[in-house]
Amino acid sequence: MADICDQIIESIEAARRNREPLSIVAGASKRFLGRTSNGSPLEVAAHEGIVSYEPGELVLAARAGTRLTEIEATLAERGQALQFEPPSFDGAATIGGTLACNMSGPARPWSGSVRDAVLGIELVTGRAERLRFGGRVMKNVAGFDVSRLQAGALGAFGVITEVSLKVLPRPRHTVTLVRALDAADAIVHMNKLAGTAKPMSGACWHDGSLYVRFSGAESAVEAAAGQRGGERLDPAATSRRSEAHARDTANGATRRRIRSAAKRSTRRRLRSAANRQTMQPRSGGTWPSIGSSISGPAHRSGASRFRRRRRYRGSTANGSSTGAAHSAGFTATSTRTNSNAWRNRRAAT
Amino acid sequence: MSSTAPEAAKAELVRRLRDLVAPEFVIEDAETKRPYECDALPIYRELPMLVVLPESVEQVQSVMRLCHDEGVPVIARGAGTGLSAGALPSPAAVVLSLARLDRILEIDPLARTARVQPGVRNLAISEAAARYGLFYGPDPSSQIACSIGGNVAENSGGVHCLKYGLTVHNVLRAEVIDVSGERFVAGSEGLDAAGFDLMALVTGSEGLLGVVTEITVRLLPTPETAQVIMAAFDSVSLAGDAVGAVIAAGIVPAGLEMMDGHAIRAAEAFAQAGYPTDASALLLCEIDGTAEEVAEHCGRVERMFGELGAISTRTSRNEAERALFWKGRKSAFPAVGRISPDYYCMDGTIPRGRIAEVLTEIDRMAENYGLRVANVFHAGDGNLHPLILFDANVPGEFEKADEFGGRILELCVAVGGCITGEHGVGIEKLRQMPAQFTDSELEQLHAVKRAFDPSGKLNPGKSVPTLRQCQEYRTLARTRESAPTGPSSAPPSRTLSRMRKSST
Ligand SMILES: Cc1cc2nc3c(=O)[nH]c(=O)nc-3n(C[C@H](O)[C@H](O)[C@H](O)COP(=O)(O)OP(=O)(O)OC[C@H]3O[C@@H](n4cnc5c(N)ncnc54)[C@H](O)[C@@H]3O)c2cc1C
Ligand SMILES: Cc1cc2nc3c(=O)[nH]c(=O)nc-3n(C[C@H](O)[C@H](O)[C@H](O)COP(=O)(O)OP(=O)(O)OC[C@H]3O[C@@H](n4cnc5c(N)ncnc54)[C@H](O)[C@@H]3O)c2cc1C
Repeated sequence: MADICDQIIESIEAARRNREPLSIVAGASKRFLGRTSNGSPLEVAAHEGIVSYEPGELVLAARAGTRLTEIEATLAERGQALQFEPPSFDGAATIGGTLACNMSGPARPWSGSVRDAVLGIELVTGRAERLRFGGRVMKNVAGFDVSRLQAGALGAFGVITEVSLKVLPRPRHTVTLVRALDAADAIVHMNKLAGTAKPMSGACWHDGSLYVRFSGAESAVEAAAGQRGGERLDPAATSRRSEAHARDTANGATRRRIRSAAKRSTRRRLRSAANRQTMQPRSGGTWPSIGSSISGPAHRSGASRFRRRRRYRGSTANGSSTGAAHSAGFTATSTRTNSNAWRNRRAAT
Repeated sequence: MSSTAPEAAKAELVRRLRDLVAPEFVIEDAETKRPYECDALPIYRELPMLVVLPESVEQVQSVMRLCHDEGVPVIARGAGTGLSAGALPSPAAVVLSLARLDRILEIDPLARTARVQPGVRNLAISEAAARYGLFYGPDPSSQIACSIGGNVAENSGGVHCLKYGLTVHNVLRAEVIDVSGERFVAGSEGLDAAGFDLMALVTGSEGLLGVVTEITVRLLPTPETAQVIMAAFDSVSLAGDAVGAVIAAGIVPAGLEMMDGHAIRAAEAFAQAGYPTDASALLLCEIDGTAEEVAEHCGRVERMFGELGAISTRTSRNEAERALFWKGRKSAFPAVGRISPDYYCMDGTIPRGRIAEVLTEIDRMAENYGLRVANVFHAGDGNLHPLILFDANVPGEFEKADEFGGRILELCVAVGGCITGEHGVGIEKLRQMPAQFTDSELEQLHAVKRAFDPSGKLNPGKSVPTLRQCQEYRTLARTRESAPTGPSSAPPSRTLSRMRKSST
C-alpha cells in the first residue's frame, strides 16, 4: 500500500522540463501489445492499494498500480467480482494497465468491458496536473467522459493514478458446455444463442470446439444448460483457456481494420489537450513525454496506426523511420516477435 | 455574426441555406421559429436567428460547412425533450434540427444491432426490433418522443438502466459531422475498437463536439418474463435501506424505483395503480429473465422486503398488473403537475447508501424554503429526481425553487455524488459545475472541446462554464453562505437573468 503520486508528478515535471518522452510501466504484462516505446520508463506499479471498497454500493476504488489479483481476492471475500473478467497475466496485470489497454475477458459481450465498468479516474496529465473525472456513483453525465476516454488510450493522455469501478456480485452458479463444431457453424450458433434470453456469460470457439458458458441463478442456469447438448467442462480448465485466448485475441483485436476515425487534427489536438506543453511533436521526430504507455506507445490513435502498419507491412524497422512513418511503429515484425514471446511464455506455464 | 449584424448578411445566409436545403425548411419568421425557442425546460427561452431542417446527411454536412465559413454558431436539436436547456437557441445561432433524419436504416437480428438516423424516436427502435425478439435497452420516460441522437448527446438513462446500462453502454458506433462539416466515425460495429474511445467522448457531449448523423445501437434479447414487486414502507429511511440490501444481496433488478408520500398520492390519484396512499415510501422492483430466474429472485426480494420492515408487499401476477404498477410510476411527473402549478425536476446522483439521509436533509431544506418536494427516482442507481413544487405566478417563488434546486445538487456532491445523472448540464447546471470540478479540471474539459471545435461554434456556452463564470458562481455561493437562515436575497446569476428576461 503506497501512494507515490507526488513522485509521479515530480517525474513528469522533470520530463517536461527536459522535453523527454516517458514510457509508463506498471506490471509490464502487456508488452506484446503495441510497439516498443522509446521513452524512459516511468514506473507506477508501486502506486498501489485499494483506496475504498463498499460492497453494498458495488463500488471499488484502487490506485492504478494495484494488481488485479489483489482486487479480485478482496472482492471474492464479499462474493463479488469484476464483471469484465480481465486477463491477469500470471498476476502481473494492474488495474491501471487493464484500463489503459481496455482489456476484458470472455464475459465482455454480456456484462461489458472495463470501459463500461469505469466510474471515475484520477489522472496526472503531461502537464503534471492531477485531475479527477467521474466519481464513485453509478451515473454521472457532468462534463465530457474523460474517464472512459482512457480505455484503450494506452496512456496517451497521462498517467492514470486511480480508478473507481462498478463491481458485481459473483454469479451464484456457472456451467460451461463444450461440443465439437466447425468455426463457421459455431459463429452462427453463438450469435443465435446470444439473441435468446438465456443467462449466457461466454461463448468461444477454439480448436474445433464451441464453448458456451451460462451464469446466474442456479435454477435458470441449469434449465438453460439442460436444454443444450454438450459436455460439462471443469471450471479450472475454463479459466486457463480464457487467459490463453485473451493473449491471442489481444493481438487479433488490434489487427482489426478500421474504416475511418476522427480527423487527424482532432486527434492531435485532443492529445495535446492533455499534454499541451510536453506533447508537441518535434519536427520529423518523436512525441516527447507521455506519448507512450504501459506496454507500447500511443502516438497515433489505433486507426491510423493500424492503417499505417498495413502500409508498412513487412518493414523490419520498429519505429526507426522518420516522421509519420516512425509512428507506424507496430510492424509485422513486432507482432511476430510478440507472438513468439507469447508462445514461449505459454509453454513455460 | 451577431443579433446586431446587418440584415443583409442574414438575408444572404438564408439565400445560401435555401440553395442547400429546400426553402420551406429554412425558417426565418418568428412565429414558425417559436416551437424551437426552448426544450422541455421552458424557463429558458430564446429565439434563434434561423432554424434549418436538413433531410440528409449531405445536407447536414453542407449546412455545417456554410455556417463554419460564415462563423455562425450551430445548435443541434433532436426532439427538444431535454431537461437542462441543452438545445436552447441563441439569437446569433442557427438551430439545426435533426428531426427529418428519422429512418431506421437497418436491423441485423443475427448481430443484434440497429443502424438508425439521429431523429428516430427511442421507442421506435424497440418497436422495430420487437419482431426479432429484441429491444433497445435504455428507456428514458420520454421515450415516445425523444430522439436517439438526443439520447447519445445526453447519455440518457431510464428505468431499466440498472440492469441494461446507459446509452454509453448500448451504442456501438456513431457517424459525426464536426464543426467544419467533416465526417468522422466514433466506435465500430464490434464491441471494442482500437484507438481512442471517441464513442465515449461523443456520448454525453451535449452537442458540443459534433452533430451525430448515424448511430449503431446494440439490441438485447427480450427477457422471457418479468414481474414487479411493490413494497410499501412507513419511512423513506427504511425504503432507502431496502434498496441497498437488494443490491448488496447480489440481485440485479431490471429496475428499482422509489417514490415518496407526495409522489405516491399524486400518482395514485392520476393513474389508479393500486398504490397504498398511506405509505411514506414505495419501492417498485422489477425482476426479469428466464421463468426460473424470475421466480427465484422474486421470492428472495419479497422475503427481504418483509424482513426489512415493509408494511405491505405485492408481486404482479400477470402482465396487466405489471403494466398497472408501472403506470403510476411512469406518469408520476404529469401527476405531480396536477398537485402543483409548476415543478422543477432535479437530477443529482448519490451513493445508494446515503438515500435516506439525503432525502431527510432535502425535507429539512424544503421546510426552510417554504416549498414542497416530491421524490420519484431511480433508487437502484442512486439517481434522485426531487421535484420542487412551486408557483411561477407568485413573485420570487421560481427564484426560490431555483436556488433550492442548486443547493440539492451541491448536497449530492457533498455526499460523494454528482450534479447530474442523466439530464445533462446544458445551461441549467452550469452554476453547479464548480462544485464538482476544480478550475484545472474545467480547463481540461475546455481543451477537449477545443480539440474538436477550436472556434467554439458548436452549441456554445453550454455544458462547461468558463472560468470567469465559475468565479462569479463561487462569489454568489459565498454570499449565500453568509446568510445561512434561509433563501438569500442574492440576485440570480447573470446567465439566468438574461435568459429569463428574454422569456417574458
Ligand atoms: C484482450 C481480449 C481478451 C478476450 N478474451 C476472451 C476470452 O477469454 N474468451 C472469449 O470468449 N472472448 C474473449 N475476447 C472476446 C473475443 O475474442 C472477441 O469478441 C472476438 O474474438 C473478436 O475477435 P476479432 O476482432 O479478432 O474477430 P473478428 O474478425 O472481428 O470477428 C468476426 C466475427 O467472428 C467472431 N469470432 C472471432 N473470433 C472468434 C473466436 N475465437 N470465437 C468465437 N467467435 C469469434 C466474432 O465475435 C465476430 O462475430 C477477448 C477479447 C479481447 C480484446
Ligand atoms: C417527461 C420527460 C421525461 C424524461 N425522462 C428522462 C429519463 O427517464 N431519462 C433521461 O435520461 N432523460 C429523460 N428526459 C430528458 C430527455 O428526454 C433526454 O435528455 C433526451 O435524450 C433528449 O432527447 P431529445 O431528442 O429531445 O434532445 P434535445 O432536447 O433536442 O437535445 C438535447 C441535447 O442534445 C443535443 N443534440 C440533439 N440531437 C443531437 C444530434 N443529433 N447530434 C448532436 N447533438 C444533438 C442538443 O444540442 C442538446 O444539447 C425526460 C424528459 C421529459 C420531458
